[in-house]
Amino acid sequence: MNSPASFMDAPALFSADGLLGIIFLIMIAVTLTGGFIAATAERLVRALAGIVICFTGVAGFYYFLNSPFMAMMQILIYVGAICITISFAIMLAAPERTRKTGPANLLSGPLGFIIAALVFGGMCALALRTQWEPFAKSATGTVREIGIELLTNHSMVFELISLVLLIAIIGAIVIARGGRTG
Amino acid sequence: MSLLTIHHYLTTYLVFGAMLFSLGIYGLLTRRTLIGMLIAAELMLAGVSINFMAFNRFLAPDPAVGQIFALFIMAIAAAEAAIGLSIVIAVYRHFKTVDTEDLINLKG
Repeated sequence: MNSPASFMDAPALFSADGLLGIIFLIMIAVTLTGGFIAATAERLVRALAGIVICFTGVAGFYYFLNSPFMAMMQILIYVGAICITISFAIMLAAPERTRKTGPANLLSGPLGFIIAALVFGGMCALALRTQWEPFAKSATGTVREIGIELLTNHSMVFELISLVLLIAIIGAIVIARGGRTG
Repeated sequence: MSLLTIHHYLTTYLVFGAMLFSLGIYGLLTRRTLIGMLIAAELMLAGVSINFMAFNRFLAPDPAVGQIFALFIMAIAAAEAAIGLSIVIAVYRHFKTVDTEDLINLKG
């Protein structure tokens, strides 16, 4: 899988490898479209739909990266939990109203685009110019191994994460309750 | 390399992650509501996670570690979304708007 392919051994379009490549290209297109909608749509509900599409595509990427477990967690946590929470927040706190016409922020507009393009160019240059050296695999990364690692080598972080989540939940309740009337 | 085999290469995923990350930066800079900025921040986190998973698949000796790291990113993102959205709702109750241009109480 990892050996560099030359122009000569490009797979036929309707072989298993070729179809896999087509699915991958479609996934890239779908994910980027979703991300673009999420970053630029006028209405927040559309941005939310865009980010749902984008996260689903990212789950497909995890599948291609040998990790169906992470793909499932991506769907479960991002699409199933975070996006639903954001949709509740949109319904509670963002009445769609006429667009403001005042002077825009300095960074919104061409300057923001230039900054994003510079970041993208810089990271692409880094990714393309570096000679990446793979290490020899010492494990396979199955769900069983993830579980064992999580509860042995990384158990401290695991506990801390659960503490952070607990505090976040309590904090969210406390912050959102304050000033409630009726 | 042909276009159909690009999913075998690390750089494809890195460039794609960079693309999502810079889309997130663009959204974060241009959005005028707090919820829109939060959505853009989630986009950036997705790009970062893809980078971690790609390095994990292609370079790391132990492929479990990168997945655990991406899991932690998800947990932090969930905590961040919960706190951020409750702050948004609190701000909305107080100012009756979530537009960043209207939240000028600390402006000098």
